[in-house]
Amino acid sequence: MCQVGEDYGGPGPAELQPKLSWRGCEQKCMKCKEGLPVLIIRAGDAFCKDCFKAYYIHKFRAMLGKNRLIFPGEKVLLAWSGGPSSSSMIWQVQEGLSRESAKRLRFVPGIVYIDEGVVCGQSPEERAKTVTEMKLILQTVGFPYHIVSLEEVFNLPTSVLQPVSQGPRGSENTYKEAVDGFIQQQQQQQRVPEEGGREAVLSDEQIQEKLRQLSTQDPVGQEEVTGDSLPRPAQIMALMTLFSSVKTLTAREELLQTLRAHLILHVARVQGYSKVMLGDSCTRLAIKLMTNLALGRGAFLAWDTGFSDDRHGDVVMLRPMRDYTLKEIAFYNRMFGVPSVFTPAIDTKAPEKASIHRLMESFILRLQAQFPSTISTVYRTSEKLVKAPRNGDAAGAATARCLLCMCALDIDSADSATAFGAQTLEHLAQKPSPAPAPPTGASGRPCCAQGTRLQQDCCRDTRPLSEREEPRASFIEQLCYSCRVNMKDVGLGEAGDPRILV
Amino acid sequence: MPVPRCSGPCGGVRPAALRRPRTGGAVCRSCFCNAFEAEVLTTLQTGRLLPPGAIVAVGASGGKDSTVLAHVLRALDARHGLELDLRLVAVDEGIGGYRDAALAAVRRQAARWQLPLTVVAYADLFGGWTMDEVARRAAQEPGRARACCTFCGVLRRRALEEGAQRVRATHIVTGHNADDMAETVLMNFLRGDSGRLARGGTLGSPGEGGALPRCRPLQFASQKEIVLYAHFQELDYFSEECVYAPEAFRGHVRDLLKALEAARPSVVLDLVHSAERLALAPAARPPPPGACTRCGALASRSLCQACALLDGLNRGRPRLAIGKGRKGLGEEGEEQSCASKDRGRPIRAGAIQAF
Repeated sequence: MCQVGEDYGGPGPAELQPKLSWRGCEQKCMKCKEGLPVLIIRAGDAFCKDCFKAYYIHKFRAMLGKNRLIFPGEKVLLAWSGGPSSSSMIWQVQEGLSRESAKRLRFVPGIVYIDEGVVCGQSPEERAKTVTEMKLILQTVGFPYHIVSLEEVFNLPTSVLQPVSQGPRGSENTYKEAVDGFIQQQQQQQRVPEEGGREAVLSDEQIQEKLRQLSTQDPVGQEEVTGDSLPRPAQIMALMTLFSSVKTLTAREELLQTLRAHLILHVARVQGYSKVMLGDSCTRLAIKLMTNLALGRGAFLAWDTGFSDDRHGDVVMLRPMRDYTLKEIAFYNRMFGVPSVFTPAIDTKAPEKASIHRLMESFILRLQAQFPSTISTVYRTSEKLVKAPRNGDAAGAATARCLLCMCALDIDSADSATAFGAQTLEHLAQKPSPAPAPPTGASGRPCCAQGTRLQQDCCRDTRPLSEREEPRASFIEQLCYSCRVNMKDVGLGEAGDPRILV
Repeated sequence: MPVPRCSGPCGGVRPAALRRPRTGGAVCRSCFCNAFEAEVLTTLQTGRLLPPGAIVAVGASGGKDSTVLAHVLRALDARHGLELDLRLVAVDEGIGGYRDAALAAVRRQAARWQLPLTVVAYADLFGGWTMDEVARRAAQEPGRARACCTFCGVLRRRALEEGAQRVRATHIVTGHNADDMAETVLMNFLRGDSGRLARGGTLGSPGEGGALPRCRPLQFASQKEIVLYAHFQELDYFSEECVYAPEAFRGHVRDLLKALEAARPSVVLDLVHSAERLALAPAARPPPPGACTRCGALASRSLCQACALLDGLNRGRPRLAIGKGRKGLGEEGEEQSCASKDRGRPIRAGAIQAF
C-alpha cells in the first residue's frame, strides 16, 4: 500500500512472514539480549517476560508523566468496564501506587462500574451474577468503588448537560510548583508526624488513610434525587423503551456512549473527582477515530480520541492506555494474571454489517492483518489533530455547545457551500405535496414517519410543518451535525430523548 | 404494491421512478433531473466556482462522472446564461484495452455536443512513458505493490493542467463526486497523509502559484444519482473499469464505503462534512507551494511530484519518489533545469526531458 512518508510497499498477501529467518531458540530478547523471548510486538520486536513487564509499566508512567495533567493528591476516577483494557489500567494504577515513595503515583483513585445489562439484553439474574463477579474483583483491588446502573441516567440533573468553565489552565510552572510543594510537604510530614496539615495537598500517609476511611460502596442514586425520579422497575422499562425506539444499531451505540459518558461525569462530579481515566487502547482508538469520521464528527476527533478531553470543563477525561495495542494488553493480562470479566456489549453477536461501528472494526482489523502498520499510522495521524476552534474564532464559552455531546457546534447555517448546506437543500427540495395523497417517508421531517396517529393530521393539514414540530425542531437546533444525524434514528414518541434531559 | 406518486414539485402527477438514495424520497424522472441540476447549480453559485466569461476545461475521461458533468454544465449554461465557454480535455494515459475505447466515447460526445476536444497523451508529454510501460517497469521489483495509481494520478493531473493551458482555459473542472471525496478522506487517514488532509475538504483549489483554479461541481452529488441521471438522460458513456483498478488500495475503501452506505445512507455526506471540519496541527500542514525547478509547475518541494516520479522511472528506480527520503532526486540534470521566466506556465509538450 502506498504509505505516505514510509518506504513501505507492504508485503503481498502471501508474504506475511518476517524477513528474519526463524532461528528457534537462538533468538534473544531484543532489549536485554539475554532472556528467551516470549512474545513479539510491533513489527518484530521480541521481548522476554521481564523486559516486557518493564516496557509495559514504563509506557503507562511515561504517558502520565509526559502529559503532566494529574496533580499530586488529585482524586481520579477509573472507569472500568470489566474488559481487558480497563482492567489492565486499574492493575497499572495499583502497581504504580504500591511502589517505593519516590516513584509512587501520587493521586487518589476510585473506580466506577456502569451496569449496562439492561440494554445488552441480559436478564436480571444474569445482571446480578455479573455484578457479584465485579464486586469480588473490586474488593481485592481495594480502591473505593461505585457501581451504577444505566437506568440511573433518568435521575441525572440537567446540570450534567452544562459545561463548567474551568478558568485559566495552569501552565507548566503550576505543575512543577505543585509537585515541588507536594514533595516538600511530604518531607515535612515525615519529620512532623502528627496530622493537622492543610487538606489541599495530601501526603502519602494521608492518601492511604483516606482510602481506608472512604466507604467502599457508594451508590449514586441516594444523594441526588431530582423532582420526578422513577422507581427502579419503571426506570428499567423506560430505558428499554428508549433503546428499542431507536431504529439503527449505530444510533443505539452512540446513544449508549452518550448516556454512559453523562453518568460517569455525574459520578465524578458528585464524588469530587476532577479527573476520569478511560481504558481505550490504541486499537480501539484507531477504530473509534475512523468510526467518528464516518459519523460526521471530524471536527471533534481531537476530543474524542486524544489523550485529554476537557469539554466538560471541571472534569477532564484521560486516556492513559492509548499507546497500548490490544495485543500487548492481552498478553500482559495473561502473563501476569490481571482479572477481567467478560460482559456482552450492545453489539455482541450482531452481524458484521449491522452498524458503522461493526463495519469499521472489521475493516480496520482485516486491513491490519494485511498491512501491519495500519493502526499505528492512524494513531500517528490522530496525534496531529488539534482542538482547534472553528474557523479560527476565539475559543471559549462564547460558542454554542451541542446539547448531547458538549462539543462546540460545527454547523454553520450561513455557510451553504458545504456538505451540510447540500443536505439542507435536498430536504427543502423535497417538500411533501399539499395534495391528499399519503406522504411518503420523505426527507428528515419526522412527523410523517411517526405512527399513524399523526399521519392523518399531516394529510389534511396545510399548516407549515414547523409549527407542529416546534419542540423537536428547537431541540435539534442545539445539536451538532453528528448528534442530529443520530437523532434522526431516535423515535419522537414516548420516551424520546428530549424528555430525559430537558 | 402500488408505485408511489412523485413527491417532488410536480405534485404527484407522475408515478415515482426512483427513490433518492440519501433521503429515500420517491420522485419521478423529470423532478429528479431537475433537482439534480438545481443542486449542481447551487454548488456552483454558493461556492462562486465559475464566474461568467470563464473558459472552462472539462476533464473528460468518457466515464459517467465526466459525461454527466459536461452534460449538466452545458444544460445549465444554456438555461441560465452562465456564460461559460466549455472545452473538453481528454487525457490518454496509454492503457491498452481501456483508454482507447474510452476516448472513442469522448470523441462521440464532443461531436454530439459540438464542443472542442483536445487530447493530451502521456507518451507525448512525458517522454514516451505510457502507463503500460510504467506498470511493466514498476512490476520488476518483486514482492511490492505496483503503485500504478500513484503514477497515473499525478501524471494525469499534470497532463490535465497542460491540456488546459493549451486551450487557454481559466478554470479546470473535474467530475469527482461525493463518494470520491468520502473515499479520499478515509484513504488519507489510513495512509497517514496529514498534508492532504490539511489541504483537502474545500471546494477545490483556488489556483495558487500560477496553477489554474480547479473545482468539482458534482462534489455533493451521490454516485448513484449520477448513474441514474445518465440513465434517464440516455447519455453515452464508457463504463468499464481500468485494467489496473483491482490492485488499487482505493478498492478496499470503496467496498467499505458501500457497506457503510447500506448501514446509514447519509454516511457519504457525513464523511465529506468531517473532511471539511478537520483541524490539523500547523506543523502538519504543507508549506506554501513554490515552483518546480524543472518544469515550473506548482510544487511543494524543489521538484514537482510529476518530475520526481519521472525521474525515478528514468533512472530505473521507479519507487524513488514514492515515500519518504527522496535522496538522489534532482542531483542529475541540474543544468537542464529550464524553469521558464513566467512562473507557472509550463514549457510546451515534450520539453519535460527524459534523459
